[in-house]
Amino acid sequence: STLWANKSTNLQRGDTASTIDVSVLDIRNTVGNVPMEWYQDYPHIGYNLDGKKIFKPIRNKDELDEFLDKMENPDYWRTVHDKTTASDIRLTDEQVDLVHRLQKGQFGDVNFNEYEPSVDFFTNEVMIHPVTNRPQDKRSFIPSLIEKEKVSKLVHAIKMGWIKPRKPKETTPQYYDLWAKEDPNAILGRHKMHVPAPKMRLPGHEESYNPPPEYLLTEEERLVWEQQDAEDRKLPFLPQKHSCLRAVPAFSRFIHERFERCLDLYLCPRQRKMRVNVNPEDLIPKLPKPKDLQPFPTTMSLVYRGHTSLVRSISASPTGQWLVSGSDDFTVRFWEVNTGRCMKTLEVGGAVKSVAWNPNPAVCLVAVCFERTVLLLNPSLGDRLVVSSTDQLITAYEPPEEDKEQAVTWALSEGLEHNMGHRLTLTHPKAVKQVVWHGKGDYLSSVMPDNSSNLQVLIHQVSKRRTQNPFRKNKGLVQCVSFHPLRPYFFVATQRYVRVYNLIKQELTKKLMTNCKWISSMAIHPGGDNLICGSYDCRLAWFDLDLSTKPYKMLRHHKKALRGVAYHRNYPLFASGADDGSVIVCHGMVYNDLLQNPLIVPVKVLKGHQITHDLGVLDVTFHPTQPWVFSSGADTTIRLFT
Amino acid sequence: MGGLQKKKYERGSATNYITRNKARKKLQLSLADFRRLCILKGIYPHEPKHKKKVNKGSTAPRTFYLFKDIRFLLHEPIVRKFREYKVFVRKLRKAYGKAEWTGVERLRDNKPGYKLDHIIKERYPTFIDALRDIDDALSMCFLFSTFARTGKCHVQTITLCRRLTVEWMNYVVTSRSLRKVFLSIKGIYYQAEVLGQLITWLVPYQFAHDHPTDVDYRVMATFTEMYTTLFGFINFRLYQTLNLVYPPKLDSKAESELKAEHEEDYAMDSESYLEKLSALSASLARVVATAEEEENQLDLFPTEGEDQENMQAREKEQKEQEAQKRLFEGLKFFLNREVPRESLAFILRCFGAEVSWDKSLCIGGTYEVTDETITHQIVDRPDMDKQYINRYYIQPQWVFDSVNAQMRLPVEDYFLGTTLPPHLSPFVEEKDGDYVPPEKLKLMALQRGEKPVQEEEDEEEEDEEEEEEDDEEEDDVDDEELTEEKNLKKMEGTRAQGKTLAVKVTPGKVKPWETGSVGNKVRLEQEEKAEEKRLAIMMMKKKEKYLYDKIMFGKKRTTREVNKLTAKRKAHEDASKSQKKQKKAKKQ
Repeated sequence: STLWANKSTNLQRGDTASTIDVSVLDIRNTVGNVPMEWYQDYPHIGYNLDGKKIFKPIRNKDELDEFLDKMENPDYWRTVHDKTTASDIRLTDEQVDLVHRLQKGQFGDVNFNEYEPSVDFFTNEVMIHPVTNRPQDKRSFIPSLIEKEKVSKLVHAIKMGWIKPRKPKETTPQYYDLWAKEDPNAILGRHKMHVPAPKMRLPGHEESYNPPPEYLLTEEERLVWEQQDAEDRKLPFLPQKHSCLRAVPAFSRFIHERFERCLDLYLCPRQRKMRVNVNPEDLIPKLPKPKDLQPFPTTMSLVYRGHTSLVRSISASPTGQWLVSGSDDFTVRFWEVNTGRCMKTLEVGGAVKSVAWNPNPAVCLVAVCFERTVLLLNPSLGDRLVVSSTDQLITAYEPPEEDKEQAVTWALSEGLEHNMGHRLTLTHPKAVKQVVWHGKGDYLSSVMPDNSSNLQVLIHQVSKRRTQNPFRKNKGLVQCVSFHPLRPYFFVATQRYVRVYNLIKQELTKKLMTNCKWISSMAIHPGGDNLICGSYDCRLAWFDLDLSTKPYKMLRHHKKALRGVAYHRNYPLFASGADDGSVIVCHGMVYNDLLQNPLIVPVKVLKGHQITHDLGVLDVTFHPTQPWVFSSGADTTIRLFT
Repeated sequence: MGGLQKKKYERGSATNYITRNKARKKLQLSLADFRRLCILKGIYPHEPKHKKKVNKGSTAPRTFYLFKDIRFLLHEPIVRKFREYKVFVRKLRKAYGKAEWTGVERLRDNKPGYKLDHIIKERYPTFIDALRDIDDALSMCFLFSTFARTGKCHVQTITLCRRLTVEWMNYVVTSRSLRKVFLSIKGIYYQAEVLGQLITWLVPYQFAHDHPTDVDYRVMATFTEMYTTLFGFINFRLYQTLNLVYPPKLDSKAESELKAEHEEDYAMDSESYLEKLSALSASLARVVATAEEEENQLDLFPTEGEDQENMQAREKEQKEQEAQKRLFEGLKFFLNREVPRESLAFILRCFGAEVSWDKSLCIGGTYEVTDETITHQIVDRPDMDKQYINRYYIQPQWVFDSVNAQMRLPVEDYFLGTTLPPHLSPFVEEKDGDYVPPEKLKLMALQRGEKPVQEEEDEEEEDEEEEEEDDEEEDDVDDEELTEEKNLKKMEGTRAQGKTLAVKVTPGKVKPWETGSVGNKVRLEQEEKAEEKRLAIMMMKKKEKYLYDKIMFGKKRTTREVNKLTAKRKAHEDASKSQKKQKKAKKQ
């Protein structure tokens, strides 16, 4: 609107700018072309020619006035407000006409003819007389020397072959027979070890646009798929079914997959992986059939019940008619093997840790150990002659002249205890864990595990009631000991090693590395050249003493800690009992030929014991003559497998 | 001890490997250029056996290249070209900055370029090597040829890719080497047997691409650059083997036939030629005009015994292949406008059919819909208004399934508006123990020439068999022990009860398998065997045991998956059956 106002004032001022000042009325504002807002806060709006202030009209028109004016004034449409003078001006007819013409884009002057004929001053026709009279330059008709020089230089360069014409650009690549002279021997060394990239995996049924219904994911599977990370997904896409080819949409990850393939091709390290392509059946070792290795115990035939707490130890009599067992319920029980009948029950003053029947068939003696005592019992079972001769043997003892100081006090039982079967009581300085007889039945060894003293193993001679401590030094916590069945050797198993001592020479002959963490039990082959060690870390180590100090074979048959191992005296059998409640019987054939290694074949897994308090089988022992095995367990039972 | 102390990491594996950054510095290249070089030359990182040793004691994750590889790159002439290009870019920028337009033009004219011919020759010393590695090249070129010509890569690359793929398709059509096709949700897989090599490629469906932002197109473009060069040379060689003119030309006869009336309106002359080629409806010109392909027969050599059998098998195979090549021979197809023209025309032509389509769809249609000799019309819409009686209206899946089955399948399942049978992947080869969908079994029966029997019986039998097999082993293992345990428990129970009495003798029971009937004997034997096996497994060495466990785990997993699939199928079938019954009931 300001533009409009200015225009209108200009119109009033006259036609040309130069005449403005002269022809204006004296009330004209002299402030010039400045924004009128500058005078907003003043009572005047400028100065007239005399320098007097031009005052604003006292009352400005408000909206209502404006509206009334619009309604009533017939000339309202041609009235223009002049801001510089703050007055309304009514446009004349000529002025309105001019405005209309300008709005239409016509010339302001009515009389201006825009189509006047043009005067052609310099025509294209050549006239007789030139427009200018200047003579031509000489250079306009003499060839340029500079250009000549340039051209001659170029010509020279071309002649000399310095400048070559530009080759035409090859837009399309040229193909030819690249492998026309292919020489398979010309393969570079690098390519000999080149690993070609594996091809893309071929699609399966699930990738089809119309797969069989079983390949579509169910609702749950789909949810799982969506929640999984992209790497964990088994399928990189969701199988979909479309009713017709027309309905198949574009695969949104197409470019991604191609790009990933590109990345694989140039970023992935490649390696030749040797994939083992074996038939799993071929891996199973070919062993002789257990059927051919009979006899061995196969079924559980008897359960000896009676104990009320776990049965720690069992031992069979040399005749094979009786069985003795020691339990945590402070009792020792004697059983008849064939009937399962408990013949005798003896109360002793503590949890029985170990029992051992004297292997000498001419003597009827049982060693029982509990707390700090080793008790020698005469169970009075079997042949009466043997029983009485045993008693005689014990009473026939004559004390030597000079009484030596002994680590153990020997005491003869009398009275009631004698009637109960007690014969000799050996009171040890420490708690006894194990008792073992020598094969001849005269010597007896007891183990008192103690990490800090050298008094851990004692060897007693029953006939002379003598005790000696064979070791001067402590070589670690002794787990169990054993006598060599034929020769004067003595085996001591500490936590990780088995030491073999020569008792005559009184020296260490061998130290066996068991590779176990903690030995629990040990058994010597009746031939004396082989040894098995059970350990708490589920292993059974077979040593061939002639071969090496390292195990000949490690058997990991059990799932839990081994508690007891045993060899059969006559048959090539050995058994191991473990906390998983099973007894595994193996065929362990030792050949007389030294060159032939022992043959070890597991023949039977015997189950029956229940696991109580995480304990299963605690001890195993073989019947001395039959291929039967006894096992005692934490479920208070003793079982016979035949 | 005398002598100098050996320094660490100066010999052995530490010197055989080089980290990526060091390699880059040795070659004096930027990372982008190094990447490009590796792609072009086919160098990939290596994983050292002892990473810590190679990494000089550090365990930081690094990429290692073989030092030999990098030394091999040092002599590559392309490295110099890369450097030249770098200089060119610098010069050009300077010229732009100074507004020296003539200079810019001159520089542009002399833009350094490089060729990859020698690299291709070096990477693929023999033609077969190259052909073996063409899968990725094909897929990539087919993808690039579908790109819109807007900015993602050079237009020349796109046109070149298009040209090469059209040439390839023409070759496959002429040599009739297509073997398998598969409509997947990703695109269409094709497999061709070219000179004894199985080549598989994937073509996306014809849609505009939604270009992802997290993809580096420079890497893809570099690969495409290498692939187009390789592909071009392979095409040249392949055309040569068939005595075809390269670049391909249409047969003069075909060319005159294809001359449409308003060809000028359709496209420019140069463009329409490629279009005509890509129409795949005409045969190509040969270098030496031969009348027809002569039958190439196997030469017969006098052979004996096994060789003869082999020979016969091979002959039989050859015959089958020949038959497959002529699968659609003598049929006349018409493609409706809603079916993917290019892929269908390609497949049909590969098996000797005649194809045509609507004139407005593409150039190269040879006959109209109204042609009475048309035998099959491929339609992908629920219904058609005007139908001719003497032709089949079938859905496109028929073509794909027939090709995969190597026989013309019965058209009834594929008629207009019917629910299509599932489309199976031809690439799956089921080993025994794998899951075989019942449709595949049916198809195999059909291929053997058997009439389709009552389908459901078949399936059920199959299912039962599988289940039995799975269960058997586990049963055998536990049964014996279980029964034994039960007996024992019973005995123990009675013992415990009878404790108050002094001794009680219960009559012994004869165990059921000791009675000696035949079934029990067999069972006993099986049990024995199972136990033997278990005991033998116990005696396995640790390493072998591990391997054995792994194999058995894998086997178990596959059987689990198979079971899952069969169960799913069964559930689906039961559901559909019950639905049918309901419908019937409603009708009644």
